[in-house]
This record gives sequence, structure tokens and C-alpha cells, in this order.
Amino acid sequence: MSNVSVKEVLFSPIFSNNPIALQILGICSALAVTTSMQLSIVMGLAVALVTGMSNMLISLIRSQIPSSIRIIVQMTIIASLVIVVDQILRAYAYEMSKQLSVFVGLIITNCIVMGRAEAFAMQNKPGISFLDGVGNGLGYLVLLVAVAFFRELFGAGKLFGIEILATVNDGGWYVPNGLLLLPPSAFFIIGLLIWALRGWKKDQVEAPDYKVSSHTVKEAF
Amino acid sequence: MSNKETTSKTIIVAFLLCIVCSIVVSASVVLLKPIQEKNKALNLKTNILAAAGLLVDGASADEIETLFSSIKPYLVDLDTGEYADPSVVGKELALDYDQRKAAKDPALSGVITGGEDIASIKRRVKYAKVYLVEAKGKIETIILPVSGYGLWSTLHGFLALEGDANTVVGLGFYEHAETPGLGGEVDNPRWKALWPGKKVYNLEQGDEPVIKLIKGSVDKSKPGAMYSVDGLSGATLTSRGVSNLVQYWTGEQGFKKYLNRLREGV
Repeated sequence: MSNVSVKEVLFSPIFSNNPIALQILGICSALAVTTSMQLSIVMGLAVALVTGMSNMLISLIRSQIPSSIRIIVQMTIIASLVIVVDQILRAYAYEMSKQLSVFVGLIITNCIVMGRAEAFAMQNKPGISFLDGVGNGLGYLVLLVAVAFFRELFGAGKLFGIEILATVNDGGWYVPNGLLLLPPSAFFIIGLLIWALRGWKKDQVEAPDYKVSSHTVKEAF
Repeated sequence: MSNKETTSKTIIVAFLLCIVCSIVVSASVVLLKPIQEKNKALNLKTNILAAAGLLVDGASADEIETLFSSIKPYLVDLDTGEYADPSVVGKELALDYDQRKAAKDPALSGVITGGEDIASIKRRVKYAKVYLVEAKGKIETIILPVSGYGLWSTLHGFLALEGDANTVVGLGFYEHAETPGLGGEVDNPRWKALWPGKKVYNLEQGDEPVIKLIKGSVDKSKPGAMYSVDGLSGATLTSRGVSNLVQYWTGEQGFKKYLNRLREGV
């Protein structure tokens, strides 16, 4: 599998093979951290870094990993990286890490990281695996930011913490939509985004599981 | 390439991987710890200053340190309301006392019995750390640590009172995990701005705390207006939690005795 191009590996996960929209991975954290743009970007970058690094490291030792323990080996590497990222955030982006709280730790359980390690890094060279990880992280980031845009703008009237729509609480006119601040609202937005994406890229539309047969009128006996 | 599927190979790979990973993890934890501790301490100080209304917008870390050095920590024995020497908690300076750690230490705290635990904090410390802003020998601001359960989480913060030990200067939380936009509005500056000037006690009717959060907005023309604060809309349980924790910490189990003593001028 050495015929994969760098460009394709890095950019195809953003729209044509988006981990959230097409592979439906990593939904859980996408619900939790998308209340603000800033959080989403930090979370997206953290995931991109972890996925990239874990892919590279796993790919480096892929010929040494016995297949009987390969999942636990991947898990250990991912978990270590996540702890390191969490510690770095706590040291250098304290405010952010306070708001992300447990979700940084939960990157470990983010299916994208594990999925890419198993599906890509185990069969490819370190360099290209790294790019694949970063690309998938970016795809995650892009979708997170898109969801956060709607949630923060209409839920809190702000973008990046800067007021766009003056809310009633702050003496303005906009009554914020409280639902958008709660995790379930991200389901609606992700659903709509998937719809929009598949409207644009028709090849992502899955074949229907069944077909409604056309209505036929039968003469009564 | 040697056969990688043998048992010995599996064990070696697993062992080496664990060693390498644990070194990386422990190195990052140990190396970054000092910076993290500094962040935490700074966050705490910022919040103490904010509650006391001393924080200047956009103050740098150094400025915060300078401002903070002007306020003095003291230990208060909650049962008697008297100041305690830092040696009772085995520390040289009151500043080094960690009240939240003490709340988990059986030697320094006790279990609160059911009905009295209105703030749902389960354990009460014997000694609390208060901060005083003093000018010309007179107390200007009293900053009390408060904590209590909201909807999802324990809120930790500071309540600052004026020198009369009754008028609120400010209330702020430095740690909580309430729903952003609903209960999380406890951080909203506009809501926090409602607190200054409110009174905790109605001293004509005794020394029980009467301040509380009410549903909706406070009608300023009503007699109880100075003891009521607007509740947070859409966050009934967080509002109730805040109400309870303020009442708990200014009540019998909290700082009531201490504040009484201050008012008597002891």
C-alpha cells in the first residue's frame, strides 16, 4: 500500500472521508466539547496531535508487534500520549484544560485514534501514517469547529467568546437557545451537516437497506 | 525477520513497551508539575482578588502576586469563631494550610450530620482559612472560602464581606462543573454584579443568615430586596445550591460565630 499520495492522505479525511461525518467515529466527544469555538479548536488539535503521533509510533514498531497483543499495545501507546498531552495542556493552557476537564483524558477512548492505528498505521510506513493521523485529526477538527460555530453563535450569542448577538442576559435583544448549549443539540447539527455533506458529495450516500415498493392497486375479487 | 508470534517475543515486547511508556508518562508529569502548581495557585489568587473586588482587568501574573501580598490569610476555628495559630494544623504559616485537603483529613475535619448538611459537602473542616484586607488597623474586606453542591458538581469559591461583616462585596467561584450557559452562568459578570451591597444577616431579627437566591428578579421596592439575589434562569438547582452554600457558610456551622465576634469588635 505504498501508492497512497501525501495529499490524499492528509486532505481526504476533511471532506470526502471525514471521520465523524462518514465513518461516524468520535461522536461522543463531538457532543461534549463543541459548546465553544475555542474549546473545539484546542480539542481538535489535541486529537490531531495524538492521532498523528500514535500512528507514527505504532507504524514504527508495527513489524515487532505480535498480533495477539496488538490492540493492547496500541492502547498503551495512545494512553501514554494522551496523558502527556493532558499534562502539557494543564501546564501551558490552564484555562482551556479546566474547561475541557475530563475530555482530554477521554481522547483515549476516541474511536478515531484507535481506528486509524488499526486500519492504517499497522500496514503503512511511519511518515505516511503520521500524515494520515494528522489528516484524520484535522477532519475531526473541521467538523467540531463547524458544530461549535452554530452552537456558540446561537446558544451563547458569541464566537470565540466575543459577543456577536447581544443576549438578553447581557442586556441585549437575542434570546439564546438553551438547547444548543446542551450536548444533545450537537446530534441535530451533526445530522444536518452529514445531510449537507452528502448532498454535495453524492458518492457518500449509502445504498438503502430496503426499498419501498411502489403502491399498486389490486382489484378486489 | 524473526518470528514475532512466539510467547517470549510477546512478553519482551509488552515489557519494553510498558517501560518506555511509563518513563515518558512519569517524566512529563514530574517535569510539568511546577508549572501546573503555579497555574493553580495563580488561579486561586485571582479568584480571591476578584471576589474582594480588588482585581484589575487584564492584570499580569506579577501584578496579581503583588496585589495578593497585600491581603493576609488567617486561620479561624469554626467552633469558637476565634483565630487559631497555624501550628494547630501543623503548619508554620496560615498561607500554607490547604483547607480542601483538610476537609478529607479525619484529624482536621468531621462528618456533618444529615439535616445540617444543607450545602451537601459531607465533611466540615475544624479550621478555615480566611483572608483579610486591612487598612490602618481596620478590616476592610473579609474573604471567606465557600463550597457546596450545585446540580452536577461541588462549587468552590469565595464570598467577600465588608468590614461590617454583613454587606457583600462579591461572590465568585473558581471551580465548578455546572452546565455552561445555564448553571455555568454563576460566572457571568452581570450576575455576579448583583451581589455587591446585599446583606447576609438581618441584624434586627437575630444573627441567622437570611440572604438567598429567589426565582426571577428581585423587586427592589419590596422590604426583603437587600437580602435577595436574582436566581439564575434555567438553573433552579444550581441557584438552590448557591443559596444553600452561602447560608451554610454564613450560618451556625460556618462563619457565624467568627463574624459575630468581628462585629462585636473583638
